[in-house]
Amino acid sequence: MTTSIIETQPGQGRQAAVPVVVARGLTKRYRSGVLAVDAVDLQVNRGEVYGFLGPNGAGKTTTMRMLLGLIRPTSGSVTVLGQPPGAPAGLSRIGALVESPGFYPYLSGRDNLRVLARYAGVPDSRVEEVLGVAGLSDRAGDTFARYSLGMKQRLGVASTLLNDPDLLVLDEPTNGLDPAGMADMRRLIARLGAEGRAVLLSSHQLGEVEQVCDRVGVISGGRVIAESTVAELRGQAELVVVATPLADAARAAAALLGESAVQRRGDALRCQIDPARVGELNRALVRAGVDVTELRRDERSLEEVFLAMTTQEVPDVG
Amino acid sequence: MLASVRAELLKLRKRPAVWVLGGVWLAMLLTFGYLLPYFSSPDSTVGPGASPLAELLPGNLVANTVGGYALFGGALVMILGALVAGSEYGWGSLKTVLTQRPGRLAVFGGTLAALGAILLAVVLVSFAVSAGASATLAAAEGLPIQWPPVADLVQGIAAGWLVLGMWCLFGLLLGTLTRGTALAIGLGLVWALVVENLIRASANALEWLDAVQRVLPGVNAGSVVAALGARGEGDGDGTPGVAAIVSGTQGALTVTALLVVFAAAAAVLVQRRDVL
Repeated sequence: MTTSIIETQPGQGRQAAVPVVVARGLTKRYRSGVLAVDAVDLQVNRGEVYGFLGPNGAGKTTTMRMLLGLIRPTSGSVTVLGQPPGAPAGLSRIGALVESPGFYPYLSGRDNLRVLARYAGVPDSRVEEVLGVAGLSDRAGDTFARYSLGMKQRLGVASTLLNDPDLLVLDEPTNGLDPAGMADMRRLIARLGAEGRAVLLSSHQLGEVEQVCDRVGVISGGRVIAESTVAELRGQAELVVVATPLADAARAAAALLGESAVQRRGDALRCQIDPARVGELNRALVRAGVDVTELRRDERSLEEVFLAMTTQEVPDVG
Repeated sequence: MLASVRAELLKLRKRPAVWVLGGVWLAMLLTFGYLLPYFSSPDSTVGPGASPLAELLPGNLVANTVGGYALFGGALVMILGALVAGSEYGWGSLKTVLTQRPGRLAVFGGTLAALGAILLAVVLVSFAVSAGASATLAAAEGLPIQWPPVADLVQGIAAGWLVLGMWCLFGLLLGTLTRGTALAIGLGLVWALVVENLIRASANALEWLDAVQRVLPGVNAGSVVAALGARGEGDGDGTPGVAAIVSGTQGALTVTALLVVFAAAAAVLVQRRDVL
């Protein structure tokens, strides 16, 4: 698959300017009165792996279903690949795995894909290719009912690749996979993004999101409460300085970085500093007669950020 | 829509339930349409009974084949329709299918067309099996084999297809409505085997109920096959569900209308409802 490079993000090597999914004020209120999704704004760009994070019942799957036309929004607007959700012209360029893989239990894995290939209008030869990509070629003749959870998940991912999609919507794709399978899946998702496809990925595996996603949206209680790159979400890393005497170290650091960039916590300093200036700080501390015993970067993990954000929000959906 | 038809045919062809239901129908047709009547026929060389042997011979092929469609065959294909629609929800495969290229109505249209093809095949095989059975009995009795006119055969095949199609779409609608198989099949069987019989039994006493029964699926299906010569409930050992309550033409028109209504209602549900 070839795509033109529109705008390259530093260190990522992917274009990120052409919107593939655009949702504005997307809202779903069920007849029961439950507000599952509340005015969600979302944009996923070509060549981007977008992580959709949120606790159970936050509205991730409902949002994905609306993008695919499975559920009608109560209000708001959505275009997917320039088409309204569920339009055949859009669906022909989308690969989707929503919640648990839904297949025909009496059919083999291969026949399940043959059925979907017929619906999608792609040749049967493509079935063998995607079975190979998903690592299912050896068990393709087994009926779906006999598959393990991980194999079912692999078949689901294989089905999303049948039509060589421009957009993949993957809802918890690593559910049920063993560690090797999860690593395979991460590599596959990263590769799909690198090939210029857009990937919308929901996951509870925060490490997975950190590794493969360019941008992350955090949804809680049906609302997107944060959206940024993983690095931005985690915030600027702090430099932990352990030195004696600490008061002299604090003065020297403040003289170099400014008062606001230096905080004393316990028996260490925490400094907001450009990584390129760490050596300069070290020299300043030494010149000030301080014994430096430890200099280390301290980043918040995505999990810490996620828990901090989502525990402040009270989900209102089941 | 052709892609959807091909996909649906692949699913149906490989689905064991389709073959089981088809096998059960053919077994019932042979057993209750030929073997038991033959062995109980006073005219046969095998044993005494009440059914005239002439009704089992090739000349009566159309009436003897379509007689069971009104109730027994209808119930079986109603189960088929409920299974086809309902299991898509139960397995979660509908969401998988609807995220492929075809739109919802194209997928639904493919299902209808594929079911139509399967039902036509069932009708044709039924006629072939009946023809084989009747010819065998005629040969066993040393009687001449006289087939019905081609026009009668075509009419019988068309009527059988229509009746089975209506019942199948009734099941399809129930499966879609209930988003499952068990409740749909239960409701369908209760309707076909119990509710319609109760209404018919009470229709003589209540004039307005007589008007109601004239638009019921089973009553009209039974009238269609009765018009083709099938022995009805009033004929002693006639086939249950077969009775000329309305004319054959009116029955065929009503069955056609019901078929369209069932298909349209199911299509609206498929098109408009959220797929959870």
